[in-house]
Amino acid sequence: MASLATAFGSGAMTNTIGEIEEADTIFVMGSNTTENHPVIGYRIKRAVRKGAKLIVADPRAIELCEYADVFLQLRPGTNEALLNGLAHVVIRDGLTDEEFIKERTEGYEELKAALEKYTPEYVSEITGVPAADIEKAAHLYAKAKAASFLYTMGVTQHTSGTNNVFTIANLAMLTGNLGKRGAGVNPLRGQNNVQGACDMGALPVVFTGYQPVTNDEARAKFEKAWGVPLSGKPGLTATEMVNAAGKKQLRALYIMGENPMVSDADINHAFHCLDSLDFLVVQDIFMTETAKIADVVLPAVTFAEKEGTFVNTERRVQKVNQAVKPRGQARADWEIIRDIANRLGFDWKYKKAEDVFNEIRQLTPSYAGITYGRLGVTGVHWPCPTEDHPGTPILHVGKFSRGLGKFTPIEYTPPAEEPDEEYPFTLTTGRILYHYHTGTMTRRSKGLGEIHKEEYMEINPADAEALGVAECDMVKVTSRRGEVKTKVKITDRVPKGVVFMTFHFSETAVNLLTNTACCPTAKIPELKVCTVRLEKA
Amino acid sequence: MSQVNLTINGIPVQAKAGMTILEAAKTVGIDIPTFCHDPELAKVGACRICVVEVAGARNLPAACTVPVAEGMVIQTETERVRAARKTILNLIWANHPQDCLVCEKTGSCKLQDYSYRYGVSGSIYKGQKKEIPFDDTNPFFFRDLNKCILCGKCVRKCHDINGVGAVDFMWRGFKTMVTTPFDVPIEESSCVFCGMCVDVCPVGALTPKQGLGQGRSFEVDKVFTTCPYCGCGCTLYLNVKNDKIVGVTPNFEGPINGHLCVKGRFGWDFVDSPDRLKTPLIKKGGQFVEAGWDEALDLVAEKFKEVRAQYGADALGGFSSARCTNEDNYLFQKLLRVLGTNNVDHCARL
Repeated sequence: MASLATAFGSGAMTNTIGEIEEADTIFVMGSNTTENHPVIGYRIKRAVRKGAKLIVADPRAIELCEYADVFLQLRPGTNEALLNGLAHVVIRDGLTDEEFIKERTEGYEELKAALEKYTPEYVSEITGVPAADIEKAAHLYAKAKAASFLYTMGVTQHTSGTNNVFTIANLAMLTGNLGKRGAGVNPLRGQNNVQGACDMGALPVVFTGYQPVTNDEARAKFEKAWGVPLSGKPGLTATEMVNAAGKKQLRALYIMGENPMVSDADINHAFHCLDSLDFLVVQDIFMTETAKIADVVLPAVTFAEKEGTFVNTERRVQKVNQAVKPRGQARADWEIIRDIANRLGFDWKYKKAEDVFNEIRQLTPSYAGITYGRLGVTGVHWPCPTEDHPGTPILHVGKFSRGLGKFTPIEYTPPAEEPDEEYPFTLTTGRILYHYHTGTMTRRSKGLGEIHKEEYMEINPADAEALGVAECDMVKVTSRRGEVKTKVKITDRVPKGVVFMTFHFSETAVNLLTNTACCPTAKIPELKVCTVRLEKA
Repeated sequence: MSQVNLTINGIPVQAKAGMTILEAAKTVGIDIPTFCHDPELAKVGACRICVVEVAGARNLPAACTVPVAEGMVIQTETERVRAARKTILNLIWANHPQDCLVCEKTGSCKLQDYSYRYGVSGSIYKGQKKEIPFDDTNPFFFRDLNKCILCGKCVRKCHDINGVGAVDFMWRGFKTMVTTPFDVPIEESSCVFCGMCVDVCPVGALTPKQGLGQGRSFEVDKVFTTCPYCGCGCTLYLNVKNDKIVGVTPNFEGPINGHLCVKGRFGWDFVDSPDRLKTPLIKKGGQFVEAGWDEALDLVAEKFKEVRAQYGADALGGFSSARCTNEDNYLFQKLLRVLGTNNVDHCARL
C-alpha cells in the first residue's frame, strides 16, 4: 500500500472486481485466488473462457495455472527481479505506452537505466523462470488493450514487499494500464474489512482517510473535532509494538479481534514479548490463543449480531446489519470501546453505529458523501465526496491522485533467509479454501471443520522420496526459530526444495517457524519465505 | 439498440431487439414459469415449462430462448399453453417423490409452485421410479437425485460460473442423472462446495445440511448483510427464525454477487458455537474468573490510566481489527489517539 501511495497517490485497488472480465490479459501474482478470493477466482476463470489471456506467477502450481497461457513458477522471494525482467522486455521490444509515459508519469529515464541489466537471461538465473516465458508474459501483458494486475500477500509478505509493489506499479505505468476499464493494479485484500480498518485510521501514521498524523492541519482538524490535543509522533506498527512490549517500552496493550499468537511471525518471540506486558486486554468472540494469555477478556459479538459497515477490496462500502441478538452478555465492539472511553473521562454519546459513521463522514473527505441510507444492497465506492456523487469505481482516470505517476527503480534483493546445508528447504505459507486466517471461526463451523481437519504440509514427490516419507506421514519441520510436527501431502503443486503450510491450525502453528525479518517500509514480516530442515517424525 | 414492438397478453410491449420473450414479458410484469432458465446462464430451453403461444407459429415456442420480433402477438396463459404445462408437470411427477410434507424445499420449490398454479397433484402417468441412493456423504449438502428434474442449472453454474465443472449429465434417457465423473462421491470430485448448485436447484434435489428442519423459506426473515470472511465483500441474506440463523441466501441483486464460496455459503454456524465467549473474564491467580461488565471495564480503564500516568501515553498500544466494522475501527483508533498515542495498528500485514 505504501508503494501504491507513493507511485499513484492512493494505496488501494484501482479498479473493480466486475471489470476483471473486461480485461484482455490478467496477470495474477502471489495470489492463490481460487482458494483465497474464490468469487474473484470465478471471474478470472470466466474471463479466460471468454478469451482473456492469463499470466500466473507463483512458486506453487496453483489451480489457476491450469487456465494460464504462461505460468511463471518463480523461486520464492524473487518477485521484483521477475517484474523487472518483464519491464526490461517491454522497453527493449518497444511495447511501452509512450503517450501515457509522457503525459502522466515521471522518472521514466531513471527506471529505464536501472532496468538495463535485467535481461531475461539474468532474471532467469535469479528466478528460475525460463527467459522465453518472461518474454512471452511481457508481450501478453503489454500488448493487451487492457491488462489487469491482481496480487496479494505472495507479493507483499517479503522483506522486499514494498519494492515488489513498486515493480508492479512500474510495469502497469509503462504499458498505460491505469485509469481505464479492465486494467489497473489490484491488491486483493485478504480480510473482510482490511480496507476499512486502513480507511478508518487503524494505522500508526494516519487518521481516517489517510490524513497523516504528522500533518499539522490534519491534526488540528481532529483536535478540534475530538476536543483534546493529539500526538504528532508516528506510532508503532503491530510488529514494532510486539517488540516494544518485549523491551518493556510498551506496558499495556488492547487487542480487538486479532490473534497474533497464531498469526504473527515467530510465535515464540511474540509470546515472550506479550507475556512481558503489565496488562493485556483481549476483546474477541472466542477464547483465542491470544485471549488465553490476557489479563482481561471481553466478549464481543459476531458480524451477525451487530450493525455497521465493511469496505471490500474494491473500496465498496457495504452495510452490515444485525440479524440476531447478541449471544450471552457479548456486546458490539464499538459499544465496549465507548464504555471504556467514558470510564477514562471522555464523554462519548454514540447511541448507535450510525452515530459513529456520521462522525466518520464529517472528518473524512472520501467518505463525506456516503450515508447509511445510500448503501442499499449495492454499496458505494469511495472516494465519494458529496451526497450527490455516484462514488468512484475506477481510480486515477485522466490523472493520478498525486498528479503524475512516479516510476521507482528497484534493485533485486534476496530474501532474508536462503536455503543452506543446515536448512535446505524453503517454507512458504498461506491459506486454503476451507479455512480462514487463524481458524477461530472456520474451525468452529461444522462443515468446514469436518472437511479439512488438520494441517497437511505440501511437499514435492522427489523430496518426499528422499526423506522416506509417504502420504500422511508425520515430519518434523525445524527453522532457526522453532519446530512443529505435521502430516504431509505429497504433491507436485510445490516444486522441489519448497514446502507449503497454512497458518490455520494452532496445534501445528507454522508461525513458530516463520521469520520476523520485515520489509523496512511496510513492516510486513517475510511470512512467505523462511528456510527449514525436514526430518521424518 | 433498436426497439421492437410486440403484444403480450394484449399489453403493448416495447422491447430491446435481441431480448427473449421471457425477458420482454418480465419488463411488463408478466411471469412465465421456468425451471431451466437462469439470467446469467446460457439459454438451453430444456424444460419447456415456459412455452407460450405466438400468433402464426405452428408449435409452442420456449419463451426463454426465442427472441422477440416486430409485431409478435404472444399469449402466455392460453388453454393450449396451460395444457402443455400440465403435461410437463405430469411427466415430472411420474417420477418424483411425493414427500413435500417433509421436503426441505417446500415453500420455495418451483415444482410445487407450478403444480399449485396449474392444479396438478401427482401424475396421470404410471411407470418406473428412479431409485438412486440418498447421498449425505459431504458435510455441506444433501443430494437426493430422485428429486432431480434435470434442468441442468447446477451443471451450468458449476461449469460456466464457478469453472470447476465438478458435475455433469451421466447416462442417457431414463437413467440420466447429474453427478460427478464416474459418479465418485462429490467430496472426492473437483467440487469446491460453493453451493451455487444448491442455490439454483428449483426442487429439493440439493438442500443444505445446516438448518435442516429448522425453518421453511416463508418462515424466515432474510436479513441483508456482508460476508465476514475475505475481502471480496459478497453480500448475502442471513435467514433467521426465532433469533437463530438457519441458512444463507446469496444476494442475486448484488453488483459482484449472487455467487458465494464455501465459507460464506456454509461457514456461518460459528455464530452459535458453544465456545462463544459469553461474559467478561478477569484473570485471578492464573485462572479466568467470570466478571460483570462494570468490574471488567473499570479494571481496563484503571490499568490504562495507571500505565499512562506512570510511563506516558506511548506505553499504551492497541491492535485494531480487519475483522471488525468501520465504526469499531474508528472508535478504537480514536480511543488510543485521545489517550495521547498513535500506537494503533491492525493485521493488514498478516
